[in-house]
Amino acid sequence: MSSQKESTVRTLVVALLVCLVCSVFVAGAAIALKPTQVENRQLDKQRSILAIAGLGQPNMTGAQVKAMFSGTITAKLVDLETGTFSDAKDPMTFDPLKAAKDPKLSSALSSDDDIASIKRLERYTTVYVVEKDGQMDTLIMPVRGYGLWSTLYGFIAIKGDLNTVAGMGFYQHAETPGLGGEVDNPKWKDQWVGKTLFDDNGKLAVAVVKGGVDPKSPKAEHQVDALAGATLTSKGVDNLLNFWLGQNGFGPFIANLRAGEA
Amino acid sequence: MSQPTIKEVLLNPIFNNNPIGLQILGICSALAVTSNLKTALVMSIALTLVTGFSNLFISMIRSQIPSSIRMIVQMVIIASLVIVVDQVLKAYAFSLSKQLSVFVGLIITNCIVMGRAEAFAMQNPPVLSFFDGIGNGLGYSAFLVALGIIRELFGAGKLMGYEIIPVVNDGGWYQPNGMLLLPPSAFFLIGLFIWAIRSWKKDQLEKPSFKMASQVSNKEAY
Repeated sequence: MSSQKESTVRTLVVALLVCLVCSVFVAGAAIALKPTQVENRQLDKQRSILAIAGLGQPNMTGAQVKAMFSGTITAKLVDLETGTFSDAKDPMTFDPLKAAKDPKLSSALSSDDDIASIKRLERYTTVYVVEKDGQMDTLIMPVRGYGLWSTLYGFIAIKGDLNTVAGMGFYQHAETPGLGGEVDNPKWKDQWVGKTLFDDNGKLAVAVVKGGVDPKSPKAEHQVDALAGATLTSKGVDNLLNFWLGQNGFGPFIANLRAGEA
Repeated sequence: MSQPTIKEVLLNPIFNNNPIGLQILGICSALAVTSNLKTALVMSIALTLVTGFSNLFISMIRSQIPSSIRMIVQMVIIASLVIVVDQVLKAYAFSLSKQLSVFVGLIITNCIVMGRAEAFAMQNPPVLSFFDGIGNGLGYSAFLVALGIIRELFGAGKLMGYEIIPVVNDGGWYQPNGMLLLPPSAFFLIGLFIWAIRSWKKDQLEKPSFKMASQVSNKEAY
């Protein structure tokens, strides 16, 4: 019995059968649960957009989030090349992250330009706008870039003056829990609120600095403390903001908006 | 060796043979997920289910598993179960699964699951093995829940996210001990728990594995 149990053929058969049964089981569960997961992810994204814009409470139910999102926020498509609003695609269904992988809708970045290490930049992207009395009250822009282990996906919201930060945060990343993962820490995120992006000459000045912000320095209004023990994640956040708010990102768009030409 | 009863395998691991307290297994996740009670509870449930069902399935096919690949077969079964648990959490408890992040996936490498599969399920019938898995999961849960309560209550003044002790930052009187929210504090607490259990149940004391010499003799010194 025991010699039969240990034969090579027997071993292979058992291994194959176990793998087959397990893979069917795992694949079945993954497919059956996918719709719920996709919906969760979308809800989570909407929830974080609302939170970053400073709207709503953290304990809202899914239905409340959906209602509030569709009630207050409009998605608009931006052409990053010209820096203007565009209606080439439907902003509700357009997926900028998918577009970034499509050669027809994106372009490769040269290594000098690619400070956020995202490799390809989409031509069109979606921004979210909160309007009050016909005026733009908050503009929420998607940002992404590489930290230490992973690409961080998030949003930065700026107020109607196109300079003051209304909020910043990430909805997806895989940085070290407790160190780089502290980008999700509410206290750290709160530091961003009220900072200004551009200095008096209109140059991009926002930065994440190591060793604490000196409150007396004239630059303090643009600066945020780096995360303790997470130099590379902090550097990544700094890079991705400089990229997305710079000339290749939303820079031209913000300039057009300010000139009233978007 | 007499056959253990279901009651024995279910209840023994909670105090008499606790996987964390006596076997000192599964410490890593016990440090990581116990900074609040909610994640500790979800992790406990996930691990208990995985240990129970992996023991059940492994025991069902134990006479078919060739000993040369038994570890890998156990791993495949455990890993499949963990992936399914992770998927279910992502679908029905999304924000919790974000907090638990990698630790659900790391149940695969949790020594308790593998240890019970190898030490118990390979020699015992399915139903008994299932309850052994659940019992060990409960033992792990008991530790996690106790850690979660102490760390969240004294570290943040809350339980399950609800305020119990008003903390200074919100206008109360309690100055929370921030250290309790950091992983090292769980080390101290686990040590204290083990001390408490072993003073209560003296049979769990280990014999010293070697005796320290009192002094070096003259001859050795030169």
